[in-house]
Amino acid sequence: MADLMQFDLVSPERSLASLEVTQVQIPGADGDMTAMANHAPLITTLRPGLLTVSGPQGETKYVVTGGFAQIGAEGTTVLAERAVNAAEITEEVYHDMVRSAHAAHQQAHAANVGDAVDDAAKLLADMVAIGGHIGLTPPNL
Amino acid sequence: MPSLKDLKNRIESVKSTRKITKAMQMVAAAKLRRAQEAAEAGRPYAERFNTVLAGLAASVGGSDSAPRLLAGTGSDQVQLLVIMTSERGLCGGFNSSIVKLVRTRVSELRAAGKTVKILTVGKKGREQLRRDYADLFIGHVDLSEVKRLGYANAQDIARDVLARFDAGEFDVATIFYNRFQSVISQVPTAQQIIPAAFDQTGEAAAETTLFDYEPDEEAILADLLPRGVATQIFSALLENAASEQGARMSAMDNATRNAGEMIEKLTIQYNRSRQAVITNELIEIISGAEAL
Repeated sequence: MADLMQFDLVSPERSLASLEVTQVQIPGADGDMTAMANHAPLITTLRPGLLTVSGPQGETKYVVTGGFAQIGAEGTTVLAERAVNAAEITEEVYHDMVRSAHAAHQQAHAANVGDAVDDAAKLLADMVAIGGHIGLTPPNL
Repeated sequence: MPSLKDLKNRIESVKSTRKITKAMQMVAAAKLRRAQEAAEAGRPYAERFNTVLAGLAASVGGSDSAPRLLAGTGSDQVQLLVIMTSERGLCGGFNSSIVKLVRTRVSELRAAGKTVKILTVGKKGREQLRRDYADLFIGHVDLSEVKRLGYANAQDIARDVLARFDAGEFDVATIFYNRFQSVISQVPTAQQIIPAAFDQTGEAAAETTLFDYEPDEEAILADLLPRGVATQIFSALLENAASEQGARMSAMDNATRNAGEMIEKLTIQYNRSRQAVITNELIEIISGAEAL
């Protein structure tokens, strides 16, 4: 039996989860990573993606958009700007997320500031990719 | 001396006013509970966020390459005041207390020769400030259509503020809101959000763990600072919403009590004049009978 660690998932509006888990798979800005107990202290920013939490209670998936994760000796804390349980996510919510990413992309495109366009395009691509993982098709844009 | 009929009408109207204020008080109490829950639910995020940000700021802050949101523009000439008030009235001194704080601040800043710009959130404060400072207004955020405050609302405001900052419209931004202390006490508070200010004493010092950062510290800081602005605005909005309902609740409680007192007084007056009328009539009848 693997060691357990404390895991908290917090969004600005409420705290979504606080429990003991064995591992958390985090969509980090520089690539996915898995945090387990006694991981070296680390802070990373998130890209939109799937957060997978595995513990004695089984596996739970959350769709998160930007934010950051703090991995420390006492446990892992994910502060997500928006987080929804993947099982509860509806097509409507997902489409809403993709549309806002799309709108941001268009806006950045119009303003034409080099980095911002790239960032927004990446965000949009990440959002579209999430759909594949949770079995929803992105809206026609 | 008002006639009996007038008094009776008066009592009826005060009674219906009392019913209304009583209903408003109960509605405010229900809304207050929800607002308080929302404010409490939002607290863990804001606290953790600020701890991490303060730790980051402490390690990067000293260097020359620190982001402008943290280091500031190097001047404090142009001051932006973001003033949060309510969309509706009938909430006691809620709006006036913020406006009073703002007035003091504006005159201080003006005395020091600074340029002041005002961004208002909520209609009531804007109305009160319009008379004196209409020329300082640079924008207004309307939340009257918003049923339930969400993080998205804060993000919109933050985006607006950040866009103005990037465009060089101001150097220092401060938010004004009522911090919720209890139902009867709300504290008007000014909080500087740009450049980001942390109380370096407590939490930052306690943060002794050395974290690895991915990507590097500065990239994270650049990513987090704008979110930090939104987070601070969001918690201010939530506090303000709870304060508004608290202020309204106690204002309406007072109004209900005053209406009750007024009804008592009017009823006594009504009974006295009724008695006077009866006595008068009796005297008339008796003196009429004696005259015969």
